[in-house]
Amino acid sequence: MSRYRRRRVMNRAMEVLATVAALVAVAALAVVVISVARRGAGAVSWDFFTKPQALFGQPGGGIANALVGTALLVLLATAMALPVGVLTAIYLTEFAPRRLAVPIQVVIDVLAGLPTIVIGIFVYALLVIGHTQSGYAGAFALAVIMLPLIARATQEVLLLVPGTLREASLALGVRRWRTVVGVILPSSVGGILTGTVLAVARAAGETAPLLFTSSIFANTVQTDVTKALPNIPVLIFTYSEQPDPALHQQAWAAALVLMAFVLVASLAAKALLARSRRKLAR
Amino acid sequence: MTESFTIAPVIDVAQVTQDSRPSEREVVFDIHDLTVSYGRVTAISGVDLQIHRNVITAIIGPSGCGKSTFIRCLNRMNDLVPGARIEGQILYQGSDLYASGVDPVEIRRRIGMVFQKANPFPKSIYDNVAWGPRVLGMRKELDERVEKALRSAALWDEVKDRLKKNALSLSGGQQQRLCIARAIAVEPEVLLLDEPASALDPIATSAIEDLMHQLKREYTLVIVTHNMQQAARVADLTAFFSLEVDETRRSGVLVEYDATSKIFTNPSDKRTEDYVTGRFG
Ligand SMILES: Nc1ncnc2c1ncn2[C@@H]1O[C@H](COP(=O)(O)OP(=O)(O)O)[C@@H](O)[C@H]1O
Ligand SMILES: [Mg+2]
Repeated sequence: MSRYRRRRVMNRAMEVLATVAALVAVAALAVVVISVARRGAGAVSWDFFTKPQALFGQPGGGIANALVGTALLVLLATAMALPVGVLTAIYLTEFAPRRLAVPIQVVIDVLAGLPTIVIGIFVYALLVIGHTQSGYAGAFALAVIMLPLIARATQEVLLLVPGTLREASLALGVRRWRTVVGVILPSSVGGILTGTVLAVARAAGETAPLLFTSSIFANTVQTDVTKALPNIPVLIFTYSEQPDPALHQQAWAAALVLMAFVLVASLAAKALLARSRRKLAR
Repeated sequence: MTESFTIAPVIDVAQVTQDSRPSEREVVFDIHDLTVSYGRVTAISGVDLQIHRNVITAIIGPSGCGKSTFIRCLNRMNDLVPGARIEGQILYQGSDLYASGVDPVEIRRRIGMVFQKANPFPKSIYDNVAWGPRVLGMRKELDERVEKALRSAALWDEVKDRLKKNALSLSGGQQQRLCIARAIAVEPEVLLLDEPASALDPIATSAIEDLMHQLKREYTLVIVTHNMQQAARVADLTAFFSLEVDETRRSGVLVEYDATSKIFTNPSDKRTEDYVTGRFG
């Protein structure tokens, strides 16, 4: 009887502990959001989104050019990472024999754990030294960060596709790659998109690799990816090092915009995933 | 090596099929000393069996005796199982099914399969049936082909007004008939069915059984079932598999293969008799 009581108390204690831990996590996020909003919200206005950065020493200005730059960088990075990531995942789950799948999986896991500054230096040595900083180099660095995220997310959804569907298609005398394209991928698009959106959210805020590959101050909108592109993370970094309090406020505001984007992207990803799960479960 | 006491029966096929023209006595599968193992586990050993054209052959036996293993050898589905090893010989229309240079994908196109659990694609009813032909380059008169397959599977009247609806909205029995339609839409020569009705209610089961009698005219059918009444109702020939256990290992063997009526009323082997009279598993 006392043992039974002890178990019950233990169970209750663990439950409370877990709840408290969850609350702490939520509180941490709330503190970050509130403090960023308090410091930056004042600078958010229509002009903030539509005007490019002002020259140093001049008042006003916005982040339009950095927004465009970040959008371009992330778009380009997605264009590189999405196909490679998805194909890698397909190879791993559908084709690779075990003795190849295991080492490739390890490589992906290592890549996912690599500090982004290391990726930055690597891309700097590879693409920037001897050339110049460029949008390409920045996007490539971001793509290296996105690749393992997309590959893992894709693997997870591919494994959710029931084996009986593969069997059904193969038993018709359909080749394996055709089965993948015609049956397996259509049931996994939702999950792949979810993973991609999360990877985009992650890449959009990465600073370290861009400091090496695409850090520039400019007061016009630039779209030439062979040159360095202004972007949000680097803007936040440079503004926060300036003495001017107006620039500090703009840095906070830019951080707020970035955070809002990540939040919206995560919610969208969650909705997408729920939809694709429902589709598979039916 | 286990002693296998398979009986190679001499069956007069003409006697068991009512409307047998000469061509219908053809042997489609000629199986010699088939042994299949998964890693170190032997699933079936020493199976000798002949399967005839336009005849329904039933495979019965207790669960785990290798019925699925056996039937999956006939269209090389076991190639997809890592660690599966197949020994012995299977001649399909006279040529070795497992000879090097035989493309298993082509074999699967010619020898269709329906599985225990209905597994329609998460696509529309139409696309479930049309997808195979489309991928395999049979795009001409696709609508007619789909209709014909659905009619053959006795499903057309129930779905003709909602071909664009998702297949997963159908009932279990309809889904299984859709899977049969999907399999016959690519015009296979043989249809293998692995316990196609085991998850269905009696009404859906009887629809599938009626269907099999229809399909027999055009196809060679092999059906696995653990339901003896079902075998008795649909099959012309019945093969009884059993688990043979000796000190170190156990594996499935073919015990008796004969006309269905003989298997159920007057079996030659004691083990068959025990099984069909319900004294065993
Ligand atoms: N993919 C597999 N891997 C390993 N063992 C298997 C596999 N499939 C079947 N077996 C084994 O082979 C034996 C026969 O199984 P199966 O052919 O499914 O029998 P049945 O269909 O008559 O129930 C069983 O002992 C089973 O555990
Ligand atoms: Mg089985």
